[in-house]
Amino acid sequence: MPTLSLMPPEFSVLRDENKCIKCLACARQCGFDAQKYDAEDDRLYTIDANCVNCQRCVSICPVGALTIYKNPPPMRPNAYWSEGHLRNIIKQAETGGVLLTGMGNDQPFPSYFDRLLLNASQVTNPSIDPLREPMELRTYLGSRTEPVTLQEGQDEKTRTPLVPLETPIMFSAMSYGSISHEAFESLARAAKEFGTMFNTGEGGLPEDLYQYADHAVVQVASGRFGVHTGYLNAGRIIEIKIGQGAKPGIGGHLPGEKINAAVSATRMIPEGTDALSPAPHHDIYSIEDLKQLVFTLKEATRYQKPVSVKVSAVHNVAAIASGIARAGADIITVDGFRGGTGAAPTMIRDHVGIPIELAIAAVDQRLREEGIRNQVSLVAAGGFRSSADVVKAIALGADAVYIGTAALIALGCHLCQKCYTGKCSWGIATQDPYKTRRLNPEIGAERLYNLLRGWSHEIKEMLGGMGINSIESLRGNRLHLRGVGLNEVELKLLGVKHAGEAI
Amino acid sequence: MKKVYARPAYCMNCHLCEVNCIVAHSRSHDVFRAYKRENLRGTGRVIVEEKLPLSVAVQCRHCTDPACVAGCISGAMVKDPATGIVYCQEDKCVGCWTCVASCPFGAIRPGEKNGRPLPLKCDLCREEGEPACVAGCPNRALVFEERRAGA
Amino acid sequence: MLREGDYRIPSGCAISGFINKDGSRIDGSSIIQSIALMQERSNGLGGGFAAYGIYPEYKDYYALHLLFEDKISRNQVEELIKDNFYIEAEDRIPTRHVRAISKAPLLWRYFVTPRVSKIHESQETEENFMTQLVMRINAQVNGAYVVSSGKNMGAFKGVGYPEDIGEFFRLDEYQAYSWIAHGRFPTNTPGWWGGAHPFTLLDWSVVHNGEVSSYGANRRFLEMYDYKITLQTDTEVIAYAVDLLVRRHKLPLELAARVLAAPFWQEIDRLPARERDLYTRLRVVYGSLLLNGPFSIIVGFSGGIMALNDRLKLRPLVAASKGNTLYVASEEAAIREICPEVEEVWYPRGGEPVIGRLEEEAQCRLSA
Repeated sequence: MPTLSLMPPEFSVLRDENKCIKCLACARQCGFDAQKYDAEDDRLYTIDANCVNCQRCVSICPVGALTIYKNPPPMRPNAYWSEGHLRNIIKQAETGGVLLTGMGNDQPFPSYFDRLLLNASQVTNPSIDPLREPMELRTYLGSRTEPVTLQEGQDEKTRTPLVPLETPIMFSAMSYGSISHEAFESLARAAKEFGTMFNTGEGGLPEDLYQYADHAVVQVASGRFGVHTGYLNAGRIIEIKIGQGAKPGIGGHLPGEKINAAVSATRMIPEGTDALSPAPHHDIYSIEDLKQLVFTLKEATRYQKPVSVKVSAVHNVAAIASGIARAGADIITVDGFRGGTGAAPTMIRDHVGIPIELAIAAVDQRLREEGIRNQVSLVAAGGFRSSADVVKAIALGADAVYIGTAALIALGCHLCQKCYTGKCSWGIATQDPYKTRRLNPEIGAERLYNLLRGWSHEIKEMLGGMGINSIESLRGNRLHLRGVGLNEVELKLLGVKHAGEAI
Repeated sequence: MKKVYARPAYCMNCHLCEVNCIVAHSRSHDVFRAYKRENLRGTGRVIVEEKLPLSVAVQCRHCTDPACVAGCISGAMVKDPATGIVYCQEDKCVGCWTCVASCPFGAIRPGEKNGRPLPLKCDLCREEGEPACVAGCPNRALVFEERRAGA
Repeated sequence: MLREGDYRIPSGCAISGFINKDGSRIDGSSIIQSIALMQERSNGLGGGFAAYGIYPEYKDYYALHLLFEDKISRNQVEELIKDNFYIEAEDRIPTRHVRAISKAPLLWRYFVTPRVSKIHESQETEENFMTQLVMRINAQVNGAYVVSSGKNMGAFKGVGYPEDIGEFFRLDEYQAYSWIAHGRFPTNTPGWWGGAHPFTLLDWSVVHNGEVSSYGANRRFLEMYDYKITLQTDTEVIAYAVDLLVRRHKLPLELAARVLAAPFWQEIDRLPARERDLYTRLRVVYGSLLLNGPFSIIVGFSGGIMALNDRLKLRPLVAASKGNTLYVASEEAAIREICPEVEEVWYPRGGEPVIGRLEEEAQCRLSA
């Protein structure tokens, strides 16, 4: 029996009637039934309780008549019992379920990126102007065979080809199914045009997008969705997904409503069934099992594809990474606790894992101490918001980074965190054909390309300022970083000095 | 000739083409005046037809041999021999709506302007470079381009 | 005050060097004259030299040049040396009084050969055994520093103008087939002789003008290969990088230079397939050894010298030749000062090494 809901609307939509021309675009575009039109009375109205503040109506309104306001907290201010806690409790009291959410951890944990500053050249060495001098961002991923010998075709049989990136930024794993074909295609096209990689995520690669496969990292996750020899051999890099920063230790659940005919064909599962990824791979219960899968995939692709292993940044990540390197992986991908997701239990997303900055520093340092850093590439993911974050990650020791949330924002995402509902008004995290068509991949690819271009140019400017003209001279070069407001343990873990300390 | 073509795969049913069309064909060329002073709501010369999830913007095809021109009893509807644009000379229209009835695409609707009859139909924004519906489409679902016959 | 090695001191500098490819040996007066001409480029806070072929009578022994700040450190080091080596000869490095040079540390040299049992114990090659011992002294013995440790070569360096340092060390009394020299302009006041150039390891010696912005990346890469970085200077890192690439990874010097000053990708992409593959591998594998930022260096080694510029050529470097002699220096005037009738003068392009080696016959004669 329905009872009185104690959940007050979080947002209010305000329509300026002086501006509104009743074109009804807002009502047609709202994905959450918050904007309504009453034809009989020729009246537009809103159901505030449905509004998730995705800003679709605000963006589409041709006259700027709409504003969404955050309602004041439905309670007396309390520094301990936050509004979020209250809402969660009310929701669970009404539903009895596990709280779900989308995108990355939004809690106010410290961001180490915001406590790190970069260096620049003054007098004793010249800064370099990227508009006048070559400035190189090309990065190769894969295992390096050393020493280099002069014999022609040195150990070519055992040498897995390295994969070049024209900028050290790739698009994170976002599966077809969790995001729309249109969003997926946008990522694939932009990656190919810019000369970097996109990641299929765990949902396979749709048949019509095999033309972009040479820029694809093809994922093999615990559900093995869409994995077959053709898929493995089409991709450029194979990635074994062990964990995801947003939900370490947790599997995946794509609801049956998102499994339409095309998704079902790509994932190789029946239409309308839930796609459940187990928490662990049931053939990997230990590091030696991982080694077997790494080499199974290498055998299946005749050692032509570097194998990446992706793990969430957890407490023991350095030792785990070392094990991964020794298990034969060519690339280690570490996903920090700010990493996004299409759906995760809120408590897991917000309270499990560690910051990517600390994970990069720990992994890079450990691999160096063991003398195996050059055997693997280190890719970092999870919450890169700007080119400065990328530069700091590389200086801490990453070879390249993945961007997921930033890429989705470029495509229109406004971080409403409702991906798990499948109602995305922006045509990204939905399979609803009425909404997916809102994302024209031609425009999506352009916007993503622009983002990569802008960030890459900024990285060049920052490198030039440091007197460096190639990204490899920044990799692990922590002397170009200084901490601000960090304690000694943090500085030691990050391997950086405090601002004000000389070199 | 260059025409407006719809790409239904990307039409997201926002109807902003109609808004832009109305503003472009208003006296003021101002969205607020067009809607609030000139009362032009609903007078778009482009119409979004819906059969959700599909939707598509429909407007005059500027036919090679236009039925509306042939049927016009007052000689108001003409096809510009230079540009190929089919348009109505407003001062000659007598409001018989033969054009509305004869258009095979339903792309002409009856309307009025300053108390005189006026068929509402796309004129490809004759005086502008790119039609307003195309320029303002947020998802590039409308394109203005030259296509070969039959293409 | 903090000593060099506790912190990092960027420097500007003058460098000069030459090699007589026929193996004829000449005394140190001309290299002093050459480096002295560029006094503008240094500020009296560091000067040094390396000379090859100076100890023919001890050519099969490692010549350890050491400086000690006090007797305690000397005793500690001597114990280490006696433990690990047979000492063929030892003496105080001869010096003469020079008014401008004060507060010289104790300067000793030992001609030694490692004890075979100790090499076995270390489970390393003889050369690795040597480098590890040298790095151990530098890192662990407070107040002691190995200035050079190669065979039939030696480095002489200190705080002062290079011409005064040369005078102090009586370089006019040594005969060498190749000399390299350095005048330093540090942006700080290092009161310590160990920090002057050249920096050496085994037969390698490096003088350097510039500041390498990739220092942190270079350093952390080399630390993976057991190099103990004690000085915080680019020069030290360059010497170790050359040692790793040429001695340990067996790359020809020409290719090692292409690691330190790698060709741009756009150049590599245009190469024929086989070379493209090689250069790509070099950059991909040794990218962390790319010296990024302005530099010109001279690397001395047994039987040759190599001069190299950063790939943008942000620091000066001139080369010249006359007869069998190859000259390299920061400024042309420093070459003409000692060889007015040079036959050929050129400005090497950024990243293009200039290498001079002893002719085969001279090499045989010197090592016989």
